[in-house]
Amino acid sequence: MLLTLTTTAPAPAIPASDLGFLLHKHPGRAQSYPVAGGTAHVFYPEATDERCTVAVLLEVDPIALVRGRKGGGEGFALGAYVNDRPYAASSLLAVAMARVFRTAMSGRCDDRPELAAGPLPLTIRIPALPCAGGPGVAEQMFAPLGWRVELTTIPADPEFPQWGDSAYVDLELRGSMRLADALTHLYVLLPVLDNAQHYWVGPAEVDKLVRAGGSWLATHPHRDLITRRYLAHQGSLVRSAVDRLTELDGSEPSALDAEPSVADAPGTATTPPSLAVLRRQAVLDAIQKSGATRVLDLGCGEGALLAALLGNPAYAEIVGVDVSVRALERASRRLRMDPPSWDAAGDATGAPASASTGHPGRGRDRLRLFQSSLTYQDDRLAGFDAAVLMEVIEHVDPPRLRALERTVFGSARPGTVIVTTPNADYNIRYPDLDAGTHRHHDHRFEWTREEFRAWARNVAEANGYVVTFTPVGEDDPEVGPPTQLATFVLTSSPTTGSAA
Amino acid sequence: MTESPTQVSAGESGTAPRPLALPELSLVALVGVTGSGKSTFASRHFAPTEVLSSDTFRGLVSDDDNDQSATKDAFEALYFVAGRRLTRRRLTVVDATNVQPRDRQRLVELARAHDVLPVAIVLDVPERVCVARNQARPDRTFESHVVHRQHAQLRKSLKHLTREGFRRVHVLRGLAEIDAATVVRERLFTDLRHEPGPFDAIGDVHGCRSELESLLGMLGYVLTHDAQGQVVGAHHPEGRRAIFLGDLVDRGPDSPGVLRLAMGMVANGDAFVVPGNHENKLMRALRGSKVQISHGLAETLDQLDKEPPEFRSHVQEFIEGLVSHLVLDEGKLVVAHAGLKEAYHNRSSRRVREFAMYGDTTGETDEFGLPVRYPWANDYRGAAIVLYGHVPTPAPEWVNNTMCLDTGCVFGGRLTALRYPERELVSVPAEQVWYEPVKPFLTPDPSAAGDSAHPEQSHGSVTDAPRREPDVLDITDVLGRRVIETTHHGRVSIREENAAGALEVMSRFALDPRWLLYLPPTMAPCATSTRAELLEHPDEAFAAYRSDGVTQVICETKHMGSRAILLVCKDERVARERFGADDGRTGAIYTRTGRSFFDSDLTEQILARVREAAEAAGLWSELTTGWLLLDAELLPWSAKAEDLLRHQYAAVGAAARTALPAAVAALEQSAAAGVDVGELLDRTRSRVGNAEAYTQAYRRYCWPTDGLSGVSVAPFQLLATDGATYADRDHQWHLALADRLAQADPELIRTTPHQVVDVSDPASVESGVRWWESLTAAGGEGMVVKPLANLTRSRRGLVQPGIKVRGREYLRIIYGPDYTEPANLTRLRDRNLGRKRSLALREYALGLEALDRAARGEPLWRVHECVFGVLALESEPVDPRL
Repeated sequence: MLLTLTTTAPAPAIPASDLGFLLHKHPGRAQSYPVAGGTAHVFYPEATDERCTVAVLLEVDPIALVRGRKGGGEGFALGAYVNDRPYAASSLLAVAMARVFRTAMSGRCDDRPELAAGPLPLTIRIPALPCAGGPGVAEQMFAPLGWRVELTTIPADPEFPQWGDSAYVDLELRGSMRLADALTHLYVLLPVLDNAQHYWVGPAEVDKLVRAGGSWLATHPHRDLITRRYLAHQGSLVRSAVDRLTELDGSEPSALDAEPSVADAPGTATTPPSLAVLRRQAVLDAIQKSGATRVLDLGCGEGALLAALLGNPAYAEIVGVDVSVRALERASRRLRMDPPSWDAAGDATGAPASASTGHPGRGRDRLRLFQSSLTYQDDRLAGFDAAVLMEVIEHVDPPRLRALERTVFGSARPGTVIVTTPNADYNIRYPDLDAGTHRHHDHRFEWTREEFRAWARNVAEANGYVVTFTPVGEDDPEVGPPTQLATFVLTSSPTTGSAA
Repeated sequence: MTESPTQVSAGESGTAPRPLALPELSLVALVGVTGSGKSTFASRHFAPTEVLSSDTFRGLVSDDDNDQSATKDAFEALYFVAGRRLTRRRLTVVDATNVQPRDRQRLVELARAHDVLPVAIVLDVPERVCVARNQARPDRTFESHVVHRQHAQLRKSLKHLTREGFRRVHVLRGLAEIDAATVVRERLFTDLRHEPGPFDAIGDVHGCRSELESLLGMLGYVLTHDAQGQVVGAHHPEGRRAIFLGDLVDRGPDSPGVLRLAMGMVANGDAFVVPGNHENKLMRALRGSKVQISHGLAETLDQLDKEPPEFRSHVQEFIEGLVSHLVLDEGKLVVAHAGLKEAYHNRSSRRVREFAMYGDTTGETDEFGLPVRYPWANDYRGAAIVLYGHVPTPAPEWVNNTMCLDTGCVFGGRLTALRYPERELVSVPAEQVWYEPVKPFLTPDPSAAGDSAHPEQSHGSVTDAPRREPDVLDITDVLGRRVIETTHHGRVSIREENAAGALEVMSRFALDPRWLLYLPPTMAPCATSTRAELLEHPDEAFAAYRSDGVTQVICETKHMGSRAILLVCKDERVARERFGADDGRTGAIYTRTGRSFFDSDLTEQILARVREAAEAAGLWSELTTGWLLLDAELLPWSAKAEDLLRHQYAAVGAAARTALPAAVAALEQSAAAGVDVGELLDRTRSRVGNAEAYTQAYRRYCWPTDGLSGVSVAPFQLLATDGATYADRDHQWHLALADRLAQADPELIRTTPHQVVDVSDPASVESGVRWWESLTAAGGEGMVVKPLANLTRSRRGLVQPGIKVRGREYLRIIYGPDYTEPANLTRLRDRNLGRKRSLALREYALGLEALDRAARGEPLWRVHECVFGVLALESEPVDPRL
C-alpha cells in the first residue's frame, strides 16, 4: 500500500523537486483521490533541490473491497476479509498509481518536456511487495529492464522462526530511467508479482496490457510468465464453494491447485519432449493396441488426453470424468465444447451433455464430460472398451484405494484399464526433490516398481484381469523409468469378484 | 406359481350381472371395433384419468380426434403416458380398438416392462350395431368396410389373447352382457400390506424338520400333532405368525414332514410361505416335467414316495398356490426366497418371480460355469426391510436394510429366524451335517455365489457364501439435487451445485465414509451487539434463548482449537466388525469436513490414550458400547492449520508490520517538512497498533507440537455409542462425562470450563456476562451458549443448539486487523444472520439424523447421505465471518 519514488537532481541546473512537475502533483501539498478499493494519498516526505521523494499511500477500504463484489463469488471466502490487500503493494496499488499519475505515465509534461523524455536517477521503494514464486522473481522481472534490484526478505513472524520468510520483500529499485517507463514497469509488474488480481480479468485487460507493456514487454525474457499471470484465469462459483470448504478445514484454498514440486521432465524444459507428453503418448499407444473404440478417461483433469483422443476418429465415444467441477469446466473450454457443458447431475438417465460444434469432420459430439468420483460406484462408467487412470491413483488415500478398485475393476469393468503412476525408485534422479518427499504435494503415495506391481497383480487377480507393465520415459538401468504404466486386460466375463 | 392365465367368457346366463376381476395394478387393454362402445364402457367403470384413449391422444397431438395421420404420434404419446403411470403404480386402461395383434403386443410388452399384469377386456358387439353407431356420429367418417375389417380381425384375435400374454381375458358378448358387467379390483396376490405382524421369518429349512420344530419352540409356538403323532401345525399364543422364506424341501432328512408342518400352519393362518427354487423344481417334478434330479431332489422324491398319493397332490397344489414374494405391514416388510430389488416390490411378471426365487441373475455364466449373480443387496436403497434366504451365509448381517436368513442348517450350520418388528435373531444349531456340501461350508469364496438361475445348471455352489461389501456407496446416493427427510427438522434440501462441490472435497480429502458417522453443524453467532465497541456480546445470546422460552442455558468456553470428531473403538475387533476396518485402525479423528487430523500413527496414539481414559473412567461398561463418538475441540489450532496461519494470518501481519511503520515514517517526514497530512498520520499510527493486536490474536493459537506432545483434546459432548444417541442428555451430563475422561488423562484431555446461567434472572445473566468478559479480556476466543437441556424445541420449531459469542480481540482475525476502527465497525454491524441461522439448524438436524441412523445400525448410504448433506450445505455461500 506504500510506494515511494525518489530522484536526485538529474543535472546541476535542474532541482530534484521538479519531479512535482512531471507527476503533476505539488510537492507542498498532500492530496487524496478516491480510487478503486479505497483512497490514494500522494505526498512528498521530502522535496528539496537535491532530493525529492514522492509517496503513494493507498488506504484500502477492506469492507468496501468485499462488499463491492457482486454475486458473492470469491467474496465468500474468509480470505477476502483477512488479507494483505490493505498492506501489500498489489494490483490495487498499481491501479491507484496509474490513476493518480496518469499523465506522467503517458510521458507527457508540457512544463518540462525534456525532463519527461530523458532518464532520471530514480530510486523506488516498496516496503511490502508480495513476490509470488520467491524473491528471485522480482529480480527476474525488473533486472532485464535495467533496474538494480535490492531486496530484503521479511520473516513471517519473528516469534515463529520455524515459519521462515513471508512472501513479501522490502524492495528497492535503482536505475536511470525515464519516469514514464518506470511507472509502466510498476503498473504491469506489481500485479504480476502479486499474482492475485483483485478484479476480474476481461478482454479489456488484454488491451491494457498491450498498451502499458507494448514498448518493452515483447522483448522481456519472461514475457510468457508476465502475460499468463497478468491475465489470470477467472474463477467460478463452484470454485469458491470448494475453496470455502477447504478453508473451513484450516487449509489453504490455493493448495488445491498448486504446481507440482518438480517439473515433469528432469533437467527442466531443455530435454523435450516432456514426461507428460511421453506419458500421454504411451497411454495412447496402449489404448490403440487394445483396439478400444469407446474410451473412458477417469480423472481427465483439464482434458489433455481427451484432446488427443478426439484427434483420432477411430474413437467413437470418449468420456472424460473428473471429481473436480473446476477441471471439467476448464476441459470443456479447452476442448471448445460449445456451449461449455458437463453433466453435474448423478442422473444417468438425463440427456448426455455432449458437445456439438460446427467443426467439420468427426465432431466433438463423440465426447462427453461428467462429474463423478472413483470412490463411489457409478453405473454410467460401465460398458466401455478401455478406461485410463493416468496419474490418478497416487492422489487417492491408500485406505480409499479399495473403493476405487471396486468402482473401476469390480463395477465398471472395462475391457482394458491403463494405469500410470510415478515410480518412486526414480525420485533420486530429481536433484531438487528432497528424499522422502513426493513429486506433487497432493500425492498421497508414490510407489516403487515393486509396490506398484504387487498392487496391480493383486487387483488383476481379484477381478479377472491380466496385467502387463510398460516403462514410460527413459528406462534407467538402476532405478527404472520415471513413470510406470500397467495395462490390465479383462479375461473373464464379469464375476461377482470384488463387486459381490 | 399362481396367476396362470384365465380366459373368462360369458356363460349361458348372458345378462346376469357379471363381475370382471382386475388386479388393482394392471394394464387393461379394451378390445373392440370402432363403435363397439369402448369409451362409454371405460367411462362407466374407470376414473377419467385412468383411461388413455387413442382418440384423445390424436386430439392432443393434432387438434383433431379423427386425424388418422396422427395415429403414430398419438400412440407414442399414449405409450409414454401409460409407462409413467405404471411406474407410479397407477392402473391404466388403454381405450383403442386393439384388434390387431401388433397393437396388443405393444401393450403386453409395456406391461411386462413395468412388471404389471396385462388384462384384456373384449367388447364383442354385432357388426351392424357398430356400423349404425358410426353412421349416427357426425364426426366419424368411417366406411362400413372399416368396421367390417376390424370385426374380422377381432374374431381372429379372440382365441389368441391368452397366448399373446394377457394374464386375464374377459370377453363380453353382446350389448346386454356389456351393460351388465361390473369391474372388481382385486388386491395383488403379493399385497399383504394389511398384515401388520408380528412375524418370525425363517430361513431355508431344507427338510430339517427336527431343527424346525426346535426353532418354532424357541420362538414360542405350540406344535400340534395328528392322530399318528405327526406334527401338522404350530400356533403362537400371542398370534405371531411364521414366514417361511422358501426352500423348505430337498437335501434334508424329512422334507415331507417340513411340508406337512408348513402347510398346516398356512391352512390355519399361522404362517406364510414364499416359494424357493427347490419348491419350484419339486413342483415341476411332481407335475411330471422332465427335470434333472440333483441337489437333494432325489431324497425328497424318495421321501414323498413313502407318503400317500393324495399327500403328493396336496403338496403340488400347495406349491402351485404360492406367490413369488409378499409385501407386509404397510409395505415396511418384503419377503422373497432370494430377495427382491425395490423396483419389483409388489409387482408381478415372470422376471419378478424369477428374481424372487433365483436372485439377480443374468443367464450368463462365469469361467467356472457358475451363473453370474449381481449383489443386488449392495445396491438396495429401499425403505422396506427385505428378508430372504437362498444363499447360505455363516452369520446373518444387515446389508442396506436387507438380511439373508439362510444359515445353512442342512449343511451343519444353523436354522435361523428373525423376529419382526423386533429385529431379533433366534437360531438353533443343526443336529448334524445332513447334506455334505461340495465345498466346505463357512468358507467364503468370492468366485461363486449360491444357487443357479437354471436349476439344471447348478453345481453345488450353494455352499459358498458371497463376500459382503455393504459399504459400497453409489454416486446416486449423493449427487444431484437431494431431499433428506429428518426427524427433527422436516425435509432438508441439498442443491445440486453444492453436492458437486462437496463430492470433490469428500472424495479427495475425507476419510473412508465408514468412519464418518457425523459432521458437526455450523454455529450462528449472537445477534450484533448494540454496544459501541463490540460486535458481539452475551446479552444478545441470552435474549435469543429467552425469546425461545429457554430459561436455563450453559456457557461453555470456546477452546482456541479446531473442531474435531473422535471415533474411538474399544479394540480392533470392534473396529473390524462394526466399521469394517481391516488395517488395524481403531477409530478416527477428523475435522469438520471429514479429513483426518493426523497420520495414522499419531491418530492411533491419541485413540489409544482416549481409549484408556474411557476404560479408567469406566465408560465402556457404563455405556455398554464398543465405540464412542465424541464431539471435541482439538488444540492448538496450529496443529491442523499451521500452513493457513503461516501463509495467510502471519503473512497479513508481516505485510502490515512492514508497510505501516514505513508509511508512518514517510508521513512524519512530510509533516515535519510542514505539509499538512491531516488525520492520515493518526489513522495510520492507530493501524500500527491494530496490526500488533492482530498479530497477538493469532499467536495465541499457535504453539509447537511434536507428535502427541503439545496436542490436547477437549471433548464436550458424547454424540453416539453402539445403539444410542445422547442429544437429549443435558450438557452437564455431557461435561461431567468429559471431566471424567480429563481426570483419567489430564495431560491429553482438557476440561471445558462452563457456567450455567438462568436467563430470566438478572443477577445470573450479569454473572454470565462478567464471565465472558474475563474470558475475552485476555484475548480468549469467547464462549458458546447452549440450552442446558440440549436438544430443545420451541413453538417455532428446533431451537439453535448453540450460539457463539466471540471476543473483541479474537474477531480481529475474522474481520481483519482494523475492524475496530469506528468507521469500519459501524458498517460491519450490518450483518445478515438469517441465512447462517437457518443453515445452522438444517445442518444440526442432518447431523442428528446421521447419528440416529448410525445408532440404529442403518445402512451406510443412509448415514452417508446425511453426512454428505452437511458438507454440501457447508459449501453454501454464507458470510464466512459469522
